Amino acid sequence: MRHYFTILNHETRMLLVNPGTYIAAVLFLAVMGFFFTGMLEGYGGAGQEQSPATIFFRFFFIPVFFMVPLLTMKCFAEERRLGTLETLLTTPVTTTEVVLAKFGSAYLLYLALWASTGGFFYVLYRFAGDRFIDPGPLVGGYLFIAISGLLFVAIGVFASSLSRNVAVAAILSFTLLFGLIVGLNFLETMAVIDLEIMRPVKAAVGYAQVFEHLDDFSRGVVDTRQVIFYLSGTILTLIFSILGVEAKLLQG
Amino acid sequence: MTDTPSAPAFEVSDLVKTYRGITAVNKISFNVDRGEIIGFLGPNGAGKSTTMRILTGYIPATSGTVRVCGIPVATRAEEVKRIVGYMPENNPLPEDMRVSEYLYYRGRLKEIPRSRLGPRLDEVLERCDLTRVRHRILGQLSKGNRQRVGIAEAILAEPPVIIMDEPTIGLDPHQILIVRDLIASLRGRMTVIISSHILPEIEMTCDRVLIINRGQLVAQGTPSELRREFLGRTRYLVEYAGDSALLAGSLKLIDPTLQIESSPGEHSGDASRAESSDGFRKVFLTTRQEADQGESIIRVLAAQPGIRLRSFTHSHPSLEDVFLAATKRSWDIVDSPPQR
Repeated sequence: MRHYFTILNHETRMLLVNPGTYIAAVLFLAVMGFFFTGMLEGYGGAGQEQSPATIFFRFFFIPVFFMVPLLTMKCFAEERRLGTLETLLTTPVTTTEVVLAKFGSAYLLYLALWASTGGFFYVLYRFAGDRFIDPGPLVGGYLFIAISGLLFVAIGVFASSLSRNVAVAAILSFTLLFGLIVGLNFLETMAVIDLEIMRPVKAAVGYAQVFEHLDDFSRGVVDTRQVIFYLSGTILTLIFSILGVEAKLLQG
Repeated sequence: MTDTPSAPAFEVSDLVKTYRGITAVNKISFNVDRGEIIGFLGPNGAGKSTTMRILTGYIPATSGTVRVCGIPVATRAEEVKRIVGYMPENNPLPEDMRVSEYLYYRGRLKEIPRSRLGPRLDEVLERCDLTRVRHRILGQLSKGNRQRVGIAEAILAEPPVIIMDEPTIGLDPHQILIVRDLIASLRGRMTVIISSHILPEIEMTCDRVLIINRGQLVAQGTPSELRREFLGRTRYLVEYAGDSALLAGSLKLIDPTLQIESSPGEHSGDASRAESSDGFRKVFLTTRQEADQGESIIRVLAAQPGIRLRSFTHSHPSLEDVFLAATKRSWDIVDSPPQR
């Protein structure tokens, strides 16, 4: 792991000098700011039962769909296209170090972008006092973002490790994220899953409901099963990314 | 460093690499001693790059063994990567970094201590004539500078072994000269393997040449050894006027194996060009003898009243001829129907 921080440092710098990162950041803050003001207008019209943080974090999937692919699509696809993956892997670094460092830098940036939405809540607090700020759902929401982000970013890295085309990697990671977040949600409502023979599938699908996880976190319930779901999913996806990079070497 | 100083730089035996049923490298074996500069020749798609990638530990071989400085690549690839400096074909570089930043990053990856990296960076930049462009962005560099960044990167960590895939591709003659000097300056200190299409290049810088074709090693040796093996004779180019029968007769006296070969003009099928307007014609004399017979040939021809001699040259077959002969021979072997 001696090269982990060297590569992490390099990757983070490369992300910070890349215009794409700033486009993603501006897009992200604009969309989230739009939701936030829309939500506050709702509060202006009539009293709401839930705290602003709970409602706000329910929109998490929209930025995840476009931001995670934008942040992670280049990490292997671009290097493979340019051929710099070859120069990187002929130095004494292991594939594991490279995958973890690329994952780490994308994840840090993901966190940094979400952290910047803290500004919205600060503005709300500054002008409305603590009438609307309920620390429980706020902390729970950010905790959910941090933990689920591990898996989402890992999925983006995995998609990038499979292709040499940046656009293909982006679409693949969007598809995988959509399947995980929306697809599984939809699957649970289908009638076919209520059949007796589908019982184990129903149990597995019920366990992997991202929106329910969010609700639990927002209520301040940190279920270790959910944390383990994201952590194990992340580790598995990263192992697949490592295998993805190495499998391409075998094929030439 | 974990290399054993006594082991040869490379020991390759029966190396095979197949991609999805296509054999890219087929049972190649060779050894390279420490401090040698080896040229790797072969037509496109002959398996040069594949072989080099296997030597660096980047891709695994299908079968066969490779040892770099005594370390087996298959099982201890990490250690091999520590002692090999590698520059891939076309030298891919990240677009949006500065030259010095890139080299610093590579130096850190190659485990050069931070304290030593600064001075070493200056030294390498100076040696590769990159000091003027050290703050430029890699994506905006000229082809020549990019290649030199690649060479700088390969020698940065002072590895005992350097592998460069086509270091002079796409350079102008002046830049080729600089690269050649750079490679020559590594002689004795580092073992260098370079591949190239530019044959005079290889001939000038390399101690030994390996020619591969269709994944097989078809020839190896010093350029002069290869000449002898594939062309098997010494050639002289004579320009004379007079009776050709007389010439043949007097040559028999010197050396019975001396033969008159087609002149450069006749060779291209244009007989009129062989004889110039003033009656002089050019012919090749070939012999199986290795000793230089130039002096006796000149003496005999000058003493022969029927022949006027205008020029006499010892014609060196270029590596190109050897290369063509070697690859042609291997094609003949591969293409010939199996003998029963």
